[in-house]
Formats: sequence, structure tokens, C-alpha cells
Amino acid sequence: MNFKDMHILSMKDFSKDMIDYILETAEKLEPIAVMKKRSDILAGKVLAVLFFEPSTRTRMSFETAMIRLGGEVLSMGSVDASSIAKGETLADTIRVVQSYADAIVLRHTKEGAARMASEFSHVPVINAGDGAGHHPTQTLLDLYTIKRESKLDGVKIALAGDLKYGRTVHSLCYALSHYGADIILVSPDELRMPYEIIKDLEAKGMKVTQTDSINEAINEVDVLYMTRIQKERFPDPAEYLRVATSLQITPELLENAKKHLKILHPLPRVNEIDTLVDNTPHACYFKQAFYGVPVRMALLALVMGGME
Amino acid sequence: MNKEHLNFENEPGLRVRPIENGTVIDHINAGQALNVLHILKLPGQFESVVSVLINSPSKYGKKDVVKIENRELKVKELDKISLIAPNATINIIRDFKVLKKNRVKIPEYVEGVVQCVNPNCISNSSEPITSKFRVYEENNKINLRCVYCERIISENIADHLL
Ligand SMILES: [Zn+2]
Repeated sequence: MNFKDMHILSMKDFSKDMIDYILETAEKLEPIAVMKKRSDILAGKVLAVLFFEPSTRTRMSFETAMIRLGGEVLSMGSVDASSIAKGETLADTIRVVQSYADAIVLRHTKEGAARMASEFSHVPVINAGDGAGHHPTQTLLDLYTIKRESKLDGVKIALAGDLKYGRTVHSLCYALSHYGADIILVSPDELRMPYEIIKDLEAKGMKVTQTDSINEAINEVDVLYMTRIQKERFPDPAEYLRVATSLQITPELLENAKKHLKILHPLPRVNEIDTLVDNTPHACYFKQAFYGVPVRMALLALVMGGME
Repeated sequence: MNKEHLNFENEPGLRVRPIENGTVIDHINAGQALNVLHILKLPGQFESVVSVLINSPSKYGKKDVVKIENRELKVKELDKISLIAPNATINIIRDFKVLKKNRVKIPEYVEGVVQCVNPNCISNSSEPITSKFRVYEENNKINLRCVYCERIISENIADHLL
């Protein structure tokens, strides 16, 4: 499978075979990510990292991935110090940076920014989040975590929290539809997954169940994917508190969970998961953050031709 | 002379006189005639006769018709019309006869024709790009999906024409 020079913009551009190939490549590279092996497959290559909004975790994960493969990283610095503050268009920035680098990682505040950037770039553009739009490397690392820590095929998974606005969750659901997953959606009424998405998922043959009670779902599933509920979504702070508390994961809640249940969270968490859960074998969110490295290594190696 | 065209001209009361040279846009979705005029920037500085029929009875329910003397339509205008009146037919008239009659073709993509409804879409910023949409039909309705942000426009497309 040839990914060389391919832009990584949206999960919609990937077939199941392509996803599987990326995840397999990540698995091959994992020993390098944990420093058990050294690599220079991207030696002499330069990755430009353009973040128009801060996201320290994603940025560091990309930079680590590039460095571990022997490549170099070129960072834009802060937005206010750069020519963007002087009103340069993204198109111009991309046209210049593509002549400095072998690939560009872009995070931007506007939806569709990465797609547009790809039209102005001869080198591959990797979307690291565009506004409320796509964030394909997050979805790939979520899939990788499920694959490594649980199982992808036929996984029984609960997604909990803000399922209405959380596009990461939507993207993950679509991706899981390739693997015949059983999905339980846990959210307060106000934050339910949009009907069109549920309809799409069912049309793809997935079993989708909706509930507002985490207690019902927790004992049945192999994986629990928690997301943050944002205060801003609730005009009434008391209502926010009620909803947030009703979905909070505590050790007591996990008493009757399956032994192999794994809990994922894209981080940062606020209080959705009690810190007491961190020491249980269910906690998988820090591991998940680490898995971002081999997954991004795989993408970088594939699109820059360091691997085939 | 084309038969259907004859029938149309012979409707009781002859509401609109036949034209010698120009274009008849027939089978416009009822209520969309004024949007068609808007697309064609009519009347503007245009000096020949433009006739408009709204809610005219036809075999398939109500329809609108626009007749424009001494004017043919550009591809971009046809693309726009196809989005708000996908069943419209374009009749080119020469010497009172229908020279050519075509149904509008719904394009696969439209560029620079519609503005994205998502205020945070990159196509609504100062970037040097034109809006771009994939056009598809669903349940007999035209839908537009923004190539950049993927937002879908399915209602009141006429309100978003550039
Ligand atoms: Zn858009």
C-alpha cells in the first residue's frame, strides 16, 4: 500500500484496509517509540509544525514521533510573533513553508483549513485538528488503543459525555463501523448524538443503543470512551454540575465491570474520571496518550516515504 | 415546432405572448421564478421583454416559466438555475421556433456559485480560494456539501447564491 505524498485530512478518506495498514505500521514502530530500538528512517527529513491554536499534547506527540524516527522538526513559534499576526493568509504561509519542509502538520481554528492547505502544498499535509472539524490522527490513535488494549473486531464500546458536539466521538463511531462494533451511547438528553449520525451508523449495520445512565452501560462493555462535558454547553451551572456528576467514573461504579474493561479519554480530563480510577487496571488514558506517538510515527514514515 | 411548446403557448387565455428570439426557461419549481431572475440579474440594464409566469398549472402541478427575449444563458447561470430548479428545461428560440430544448444539467461540483453557511469555514475567510461544493440529489432534493468544511446545504439554496 502506498501512502507516499498522501495528505492526511479526514477519516472519510480512509478505507478499512488503509486504516488496518496504518495500525499495523504503528505496531511495528512501537519498539522505537519506547526506545527499545533506534531508527533513522526519516533522517534528513524536516517536519514543519504549524499550530495556529495551542494544543500542547498533540504538538509534542508529533514532534516526538518525528525525532524518534531521526527527523528534524521546524516549529512556527507563537502566532502573535509570526507573519500571521501581520495578516498573511494561510495559503501564503503554506506556499512558503512547503519549500522548507518534507511534510506539514497543521492545526487551525477554521474548518476546512487542512483541506485548503493541501491545495497549496506539494508536500503532504497532516490535519492535526481544524476548528470543530476533523482530527484524523486522534481517531487513529483511539482505534490503535482499542486494538492494543482490547479488540477492534466486534468490540462492545460505550461512548459517554458530550456526544452532540464532540466531533472526535463522531469520527470514532464512523471508523468503528468498519469493525462491526456494538455501541452504547451514554449522554444527557441535551448532549445526545445527532440523529443523522445514528441513522448512518445503523445503515452500516451497527447496533446502537442510547441511554442516559452510565450505571447501566458500564458492566456490559469492553471499552468505555469518556469525553469531557464543557461547562459552556450549559446556561445553568447547577445543571452542568448535575449532569457532570451523574456521568462521573468512580472506583465504586466499576465494582461490577468486566475484568478487562478499558477506560479511554482523549485528555485533558477535568473531573469526568475520579483520580482514584487511575490506579485500577481499567485506566488506559495515559497509555492512550502514549499510543499517539507510534500512530503518528507510522503516518509520518508512510507519507514521507520512510516506509512503504 | 415543438409540440409541448405549442401546448404551452395555446393555454387558455394566452397569458404570455410567444417570443421571436431568446430563451424560455420552463418547468421551474413553482415559486422560484424570481430567484431565477435574480440569478440572471434581470431586469437590471436589460432592455428586451422579460415575461414571468408564476404558479402556472401544468401536467405535473404548478410551475413557473421565465421568457427572455434576445438573450442566451451562460454556463454558470445554468449551473445556478439547476440548483434551485433541477427540473427546468431551457428552450432556445429562433424565429418563434424551438431551436434547442435541454433539461438543465446538475453539475457534480459548483465553484464560486454558493456561499458556505458555516461562518467558521475556511472558504468564508480572506483566503485566495472560491467556495466549492459537491452537488448530489437525495430524495429528489438538491444537496450541496462544502468541499472544505463538509457542511451540507439542503434548504433555501437560493438564499446562499453568490
Ligand atoms: Zn464550508
